[in-house]
Amino acid sequence: MSMLDEMPAPDATAVITDVVHSAKPVSRLRLVMARLRSTPRFWVGIIGLGAIILWAIFGLVPNAWNYTDLDIYNMGSSPSRLHWFGTSDIGEDIYAQTIVGLRKSLIIGLLVGPLAAIVAGVVGAVAGYLGGWWDRVIVWVIDLLLVLPSLFLFILLSPIFKQLSWVALIFLLAGFGWMIMARVIRAQTRSLRERDFIKAARFMGVDTWTIIRRHVLPNVSSLLIIDATLGVGAAILSETTLSFFGFGIQAPDVSLGTLLAAGQSAAATRPWLFIFPAAILVFTVLSASLVGDALRDAVDPTSGVNRD
Amino acid sequence: MTENLIDPAASNETSPSVRPGPTQPNPSNHLLEVRDLHVTFPQPGGAVTAVRGVSYHVDQGEFLGIVGESGSGKSVSSLAVMGLLPSNAKISGDILFEGKSLLGRSDKEMSKLRGEGISIIFQDPLSALTPVYTIGAQISEALRLHDRKLSKAAANARAVELLKVVGIPNPERRAQAFPHEFSGGMRQRAMIAIAIANNPRLIIADEPTTALDVTIQAQILEVLQKAKDMTGAAVVLITHDLGVVAGNADRLAVMYAGRIVETGTVDQVFHAPSMPYTVGLLRSMPNLATAGHTRLVPLEGRPPQLSNLAPGCPFAPRCPVVIEACRSTEPPLTVIGEDPLNSAACLRVAEIASGQLDRTKLYPVPEPVATAERALVAPETVLDVAGLERHFPLSKGSVFKRTIGTVRAVDGVSFDLRTGQTLGLVGESGCGKSTTVMEILELTKPQAGQVSINGRDVATLTARERKALRKEIQVVFQDPMASLDPRLPVQDLVAEPLTVHGVPAKDRLEKVRAVLDLVGLDPSMASRYPHEFSGGQRQRIGIARALVTDPKIVVLDEPVSALDVSIQAGVINLLQDLQEKLGLSYLFVAHDLAVVRQISDNVAVMYLGRIVESGPAEAIFENPQHPYTKALLSAVPVPDPTVERSRTRILLEGDLPSPTEDITGCNFRTRCPLYKLMDAPGKEQCRTQDPQPRAVQNSVVACHHAERIGLLAAGMP
Repeated sequence: MSMLDEMPAPDATAVITDVVHSAKPVSRLRLVMARLRSTPRFWVGIIGLGAIILWAIFGLVPNAWNYTDLDIYNMGSSPSRLHWFGTSDIGEDIYAQTIVGLRKSLIIGLLVGPLAAIVAGVVGAVAGYLGGWWDRVIVWVIDLLLVLPSLFLFILLSPIFKQLSWVALIFLLAGFGWMIMARVIRAQTRSLRERDFIKAARFMGVDTWTIIRRHVLPNVSSLLIIDATLGVGAAILSETTLSFFGFGIQAPDVSLGTLLAAGQSAAATRPWLFIFPAAILVFTVLSASLVGDALRDAVDPTSGVNRD
Repeated sequence: MTENLIDPAASNETSPSVRPGPTQPNPSNHLLEVRDLHVTFPQPGGAVTAVRGVSYHVDQGEFLGIVGESGSGKSVSSLAVMGLLPSNAKISGDILFEGKSLLGRSDKEMSKLRGEGISIIFQDPLSALTPVYTIGAQISEALRLHDRKLSKAAANARAVELLKVVGIPNPERRAQAFPHEFSGGMRQRAMIAIAIANNPRLIIADEPTTALDVTIQAQILEVLQKAKDMTGAAVVLITHDLGVVAGNADRLAVMYAGRIVETGTVDQVFHAPSMPYTVGLLRSMPNLATAGHTRLVPLEGRPPQLSNLAPGCPFAPRCPVVIEACRSTEPPLTVIGEDPLNSAACLRVAEIASGQLDRTKLYPVPEPVATAERALVAPETVLDVAGLERHFPLSKGSVFKRTIGTVRAVDGVSFDLRTGQTLGLVGESGCGKSTTVMEILELTKPQAGQVSINGRDVATLTARERKALRKEIQVVFQDPMASLDPRLPVQDLVAEPLTVHGVPAKDRLEKVRAVLDLVGLDPSMASRYPHEFSGGQRQRIGIARALVTDPKIVVLDEPVSALDVSIQAGVINLLQDLQEKLGLSYLFVAHDLAVVRQISDNVAVMYLGRIVESGPAEAIFENPQHPYTKALLSAVPVPDPTVERSRTRILLEGDLPSPTEDITGCNFRTRCPLYKLMDAPGKEQCRTQDPQPRAVQNSVVACHHAERIGLLAAGMP
């Protein structure tokens, strides 16, 4: 190699810094947001959910009736100017009841979804990262909870919960809603564990909890956010199911589930008792699911069209 | 090698901007001609023009090499020839194959041509072969597609024949195997068999050896040459490795930022490069012929992003001889001297060609660290590994696991590392070199053997002592993107080792700024995230993180193999400078022998979990005593056509055996070229006795017949 032989060193200073010539690099968050913004589903869902929440907060303001009020002059009336959604057999205002029930269902949904996701994240990350016996025991518990029919358990436990306030229901629902996601997080963590940056942290001597907190959880956070969002709709549905069968929210509290239970016998004859709460429920769950769906497609590049 | 390097009939084939007016070249002269090809991909962030006016031609039986870094457009331009670009790609220009345009043809017509006229060999043979069909079925499918009269039995017989041609042992049996049962090298051979099945006139090989080990690479290149000679087809070999084309290609085209920037015969391009980029690329590559004596000359900066190209020459920001005109006008491909096929795209090409600008002085050679700045170190052993073993049980069954064998990943490895020195641990993938360093880094009691750091056996450490010792030994990983947590800013990443040792936040920040400065990064960039940096910069961040605790030992696990060629040199130089300034000891793991030669004082060569030869780098590279070392060295391509043509290769047969296999005696004998030359008692010794490491000349060799290595008469570089 003639020209590559020894050569005298000229007295030039070597500039070591590479220069970044690119325009501002696109961060992952911005990319996700951009994808979200271009999904119509996301807009339908978020606007619907926002409207429902606003309605639940302020919906009672223009209404003349409270949910405990009984209008003895208008029992079992169809929707009218006085009672927008009609009244029940004993003269309760269905509009007021629906809003109060919706509030409860929303609170339960919005708390249970994230709570279950947090449990799933911590348990899954611990099982996946520690491996060995920890993993085996946790997976065994998860599998056990998965094979137990949860509705059956709820029914068994309901005498205890009937004595407690409806808040206990939140923990019960969260306690049975985290298992599948925990398995997903566990699998994710197991692959993260072999990634170089986790290895690097281990070889630096960073302790296990710090690794889970600093490196594992932030890297599975997108999954958890999706799970929390999708969990909202699912939790509302489970709450409604339980209350419908009389095992969830107990009188005098109302939720969409108890309203549906009360109105179901009249669904054919006096449809307003049933249709309004049912429509609100469907709309709420649909909106929450649309947001969660759009979020999953935006975060996960392998789902659908957003392959990059 | 074919002789028609320069085709006089093609004399007026130049770049579009200097094409002499109306006298268009007669297209039928060339097998393949690409004229002013542009390929644009529309993207949400603006269109990316991956290929910007590429013109080249290939004649019958010619071997053209296309060289470029990642993102230079070399693959896209060849996919365009095959008509395999995604449908959203916008293509303009013209592609003529045997005088007929390929653009605008229907997929059906193209399919007829593919395989019969042009065939392609991809980089990753696993994803290029269908996993659910046998290899034989896939070859006969290719045959029957183009010749419908061929009976099934005849096609199968021909498939077996083809497998035999590409050197697959037991072709009858192997034709019945599925792709996953083949090793990487064998899959690539099968791909070549499919490619030549219909006697194509042109074979396009897109990085055919990049995913393979160097000894397998040598085999595949040999098979490719053989296939070319047999079918008489022209070959277009696309690669980033200048060494690969040096020995095989007739002509060469160097691509940069979507254009051809230099073209000519291999001798012209390698011996008298005229584009500063080519000059820099050749100078920045560590190569076996020069490594160890000269410092590498880094090619600073990084390739431009094709989405927003500034006007002017795309190489201008990195060019050492840039002039004002370069920043405003993009230079056309201009003929350099007498030969119309030898041209370069540089405004100062005349000056470089005539010698006014000295090629060897284009790039400033970085000066070594001044003696005053060098750390004084007492020569003592900092890391001592003795008889290290790591076996993994191989189990089967999901419910009732039972052990069916052992993977001997590391099988009795011993070496020591001294202050201020570099030990290069070399081997092909699967030889156990990474497992060895991971075992050392765990700082726990190994399965067998002993690891001592600073004279302390790590097996006897308490948890607190172990944590304190982690300060002394740090690691730099192969892929900087994977080893830096994408969710943390650089200052937190670099400071992480300090948080472990309870350093207060203020001191941490100061130290981080100091090390960032040390590795040549601007400390003001500390609050940015890793993805905002280029590959070379990211690896510098990785190095900064390793240095932040002032360690004595740094384990470098393939630190440059994930980087582009032009960026490697800068990182290697940095590592050398840091070693001198700080008195560091490096344990350098790599598969690239040229890089190891460049940086190491001592070298240990690993094969199947054992060290087969170790000693001073000089001794090992100049005078290898073990047949494996010798074969490994001869397989490394040297980016110099004269050296490549003159030397003979020692080709190893077959692939690396699985580490689960129990090979009695010497575990290299199944592939050993020396074993074949031995007499019966010699062979008997290899079969029955496990060779123990012993001193032969200047190195320690684990071979019974090291004294007779001369039997392998091979021209070493």
